[in-house]
Amino acid sequence: MASHDESHDHDHHHKVTFWNKYVFSEDHKMISKQFLVTGMVMGVIGVTMSLLFRLQLAWPEKSWPILETLLGKWGADGVMTPDIYLALVTIHGTIMVFFVLTAGLSGTFSNLLIPLQIGARDMASGFLNMLSYWFFFLSSVVMVMSLFVESGPASAGWTIYPPLSALPQAMPGSGMGMTLWLVSMAIFIISSLLGSLNYIVTVLNLRTKGMSMTRLPLTIWAFFVTAILGVLSFPVLFSAALLLIFDRSFGTSFYLSDIMVSGELLSNAGGSPILFQHLFWFLGHPEVYIIILPAFGITSEVISTNARKPIFGYRAMVGSIMAIAILSFIVWGHHMFMTGMNPFLGSVFTFTTLLIAIPSAVKAFNYITTLWKGNLRLTPAMLFSIGLVSTFITGGLTGLILGDSALDINVHDTYFVVAHFHIVMGLSAIFGMFAGVYHWFPRMYGRRMIKSLGYMHFWITFVCAYGVFFPMHFMGMAGLPRRYYTNTSFPMFDDMADINVLISVFAIVGGIAQVLFLFNFFYSAVRGRKSEQNPWKSNTLEWTAPVEHLHGNWPGELPTVHRWPYDYSKPGMEEDYVPQNVPIKEGEVETGH
Amino acid sequence: MDTFLIILVAILAVVALGQIVRIFELSTDIKGGADPNDVTDKDNHIQGTLMVLAGVALVASFFWMVYSYSDILLPVSASEHGVQIDNLWDVSMWLIVIVFLITQPVLFYFTYKYRGNKAKKAVYMEHNNTLEFVWTIVPAVVLAGLIIYGLTTWSNVMNPDHSDEEPLVIEVFAKQFGWTARYAGSDNQLGNANVRFIEGTNSLGVDINDTKSFDDVITQMPELHLPVGRTVTLKFRSQDVIHSAYLPHFRVQMNCVPGTSTHFSFKPTVTTADIRKEEHVIQKVKNINEIRAAKGEEPYEYDYILLCNKICGAAHYNMQMKVIVETQEEFDKWMSEQKTFAEML
Ligand code: HEM
Ligand SMILES: [Cu+2]
Ligand SMILES: [Cu+2]
Repeated sequence: MASHDESHDHDHHHKVTFWNKYVFSEDHKMISKQFLVTGMVMGVIGVTMSLLFRLQLAWPEKSWPILETLLGKWGADGVMTPDIYLALVTIHGTIMVFFVLTAGLSGTFSNLLIPLQIGARDMASGFLNMLSYWFFFLSSVVMVMSLFVESGPASAGWTIYPPLSALPQAMPGSGMGMTLWLVSMAIFIISSLLGSLNYIVTVLNLRTKGMSMTRLPLTIWAFFVTAILGVLSFPVLFSAALLLIFDRSFGTSFYLSDIMVSGELLSNAGGSPILFQHLFWFLGHPEVYIIILPAFGITSEVISTNARKPIFGYRAMVGSIMAIAILSFIVWGHHMFMTGMNPFLGSVFTFTTLLIAIPSAVKAFNYITTLWKGNLRLTPAMLFSIGLVSTFITGGLTGLILGDSALDINVHDTYFVVAHFHIVMGLSAIFGMFAGVYHWFPRMYGRRMIKSLGYMHFWITFVCAYGVFFPMHFMGMAGLPRRYYTNTSFPMFDDMADINVLISVFAIVGGIAQVLFLFNFFYSAVRGRKSEQNPWKSNTLEWTAPVEHLHGNWPGELPTVHRWPYDYSKPGMEEDYVPQNVPIKEGEVETGH
Repeated sequence: MDTFLIILVAILAVVALGQIVRIFELSTDIKGGADPNDVTDKDNHIQGTLMVLAGVALVASFFWMVYSYSDILLPVSASEHGVQIDNLWDVSMWLIVIVFLITQPVLFYFTYKYRGNKAKKAVYMEHNNTLEFVWTIVPAVVLAGLIIYGLTTWSNVMNPDHSDEEPLVIEVFAKQFGWTARYAGSDNQLGNANVRFIEGTNSLGVDINDTKSFDDVITQMPELHLPVGRTVTLKFRSQDVIHSAYLPHFRVQMNCVPGTSTHFSFKPTVTTADIRKEEHVIQKVKNINEIRAAKGEEPYEYDYILLCNKICGAAHYNMQMKVIVETQEEFDKWMSEQKTFAEML
């Protein structure tokens, strides 16, 4: 372990200018803010798209002038076309999964917290870190640009299964829009790899004196394992995308065989569209954990701090993170039960998939037990964390249904799946992200967010979130497929009209309520009340650094760690918290590991 | 103009919000005291109470949904294996609903019960091996049961025993954006087919040189006729992109993948005429027809349906085929009215 406390002269050896402070910054704290704000901008785009297609689903025969304003020729007379509907779902999914919940979440909090919580001056490589952000920025720009191409953005679903995504003849979105999607994702993957490698190296090498792996806060464990998952799985998506680019542009047949599309017989032979799905989900499943693990990390920290109680079962928590990570590499086939795969293979994937429920259950129980006999300080961050536990339980339970191949026959690709993954991943991770922002805002901006707006934001969001996604289970059980432009072509589904309206109303109210958050965020960043150094009376090292941001984080020497991060309400101590850098008192028994 | 006004109003609203916050902050400053963003005991009390109410509301709305959405659900399975799937579904559902109804109330209740108070102190408890052991082992055992039950069902469904009867072979052909059925004819063997043979009226690309194809019957209407009580093997092919044949009433689904062939065997057990007399269906149709009448649409008669369930392009949402389950006599009669492939050419 490098103690890394050689006199740090970062402050002196180059001039601080606007450009290297705010734009091409190599400081992890600034990069973290850049990730967050970019993620928020992408989030606004992604959420707005979902509100547009909810308009279509709830009121398919109504005309909305706003659609014409926003969508132009695809919203002529205020009614969106089926093509743009699919484009909106596709880009919505892509943006939320990759840009908001992967880069926005991991990028923000891994960057902010890894150096600060392990007691390092900065990331192992500030330069690569900066590149990671700028690649992310570039890929966001390309993705947004793809919205404006003549033939429309990518429309084959965020999973972009070929041949649909490979053939411009099959849908307009598979033309230029798809090319830009692939380019954007390729750049995104580079960004993610640069970031992840940096996180891994930093955690392994730059921990301060006394910060053994078993004294790491659970946030760091989560970010660390997430980074490993990313490094191992994103390259596979990269190859999948590369082969797809070849099929699209250079006449290869990795994924194509025996196809006649819009009257034209293609010469491709010998490829398999299913190969793409294997490659995609080899990333795709770990990806869902890349999204949720950082949210878990944040939640662990927020719940423990605000319950004024050690996180229950630290070792089990670390163990379950690792178990989830390992298992997540051998379950991808559960997205493909209906592809005609050998039923025996399906059985194997059912087996491994249901195993994941065990470490997941352990996590849920441990969170609940952490609350037990705590002294809960119900900050907005705490409420969002508890909300996460609730949605994770709800969504995880339906995973047991979907993971069972026999049951998946009837609900695969229906709204049941939409309900499942939005609740377990979408909502949980977004709640984790909000919890993180509310909790670490004082650390990021030196100011406090407005509490009452935070409460309002939580309540509207929480109620609307369940209101949007819970009813979808029933629609799926009634057999309604996902990715349908409207369900009015089937009289069988006419009795869902009311539910669709209900869902859309919740979606619109919940979506607009995010203005409360955005306002609170930007207002507080500029004019919020100044925060003290450790406003939550927390144990972790980031609160031992001064409020103002220093390049190098701590003036003078790096803190030395003497204990685990969860000594809250420890008997025999004066305060109900003991920061990690406080030496063990005489006669005190060290706990935690 | 409208857009401009909306933007203006939005900006004004944000500015107003900003001013309200300022005034509020100034007024607390004048009163002096702690940062109003610190959480007080009163906040804990209010939020804790709201949380327990939220928990109650969550559970209550769950029951409300189960009650009021039960009408929209699918009727009993119309296939033999579907009954097994439904049993497995019920067992799994009961299990997860019970866990849901235990864990959620506990979570929200704890939030209320242990809401913070300056006078209190949390207990220091960092782990408990017995507890943790219990809640690792209990889920593991329950899951083991679920896995075994699930896998047995899966293997029964996917590897059905055909020793007592030869299944009726039907090809279901998918393309953007429609379905066609091809019956194997009197030899119950489908002639070869490949998209490369598609030409003129031979829209499925059936091989004209393959003698097995002569008696094949290609439906002219987007309808799939199935005799009740006879096992059918559906063989799926796609002309262009991936589609998925979804027959929710029969608990059947299989992707149609260009370049390969997939299949699914099942035995329909309830005719279309009979399912229409089923109580749940009568109620559902009644609800639907009330809604349709209000919109001035024609009344609807219940039918089995095959839907496309894999995103396949613009008209994916309308890629459907009616499925008709009828008695053997009705089926034979219908079949005798169809032209064979040889006759068609
Ligand atoms: C108890 C653990 C879980 C199990 C057993 C489980 C199982 C499944 C299964 C079998 C599917 C495929 C369903 C289908 O397409 O028919 C699925 C879909 C999905 N799950 Fe989970 N899941 C679990 C937890 C999670 C978690 C923690 C996340 C994310 C953090 C997640 C995110 C997703 C997503 C994004 C999809 C949909 C992908 C798509 O088709 O677009 N799941 N899950
Ligand atoms: Cu998965
Ligand atoms: Cu389709």
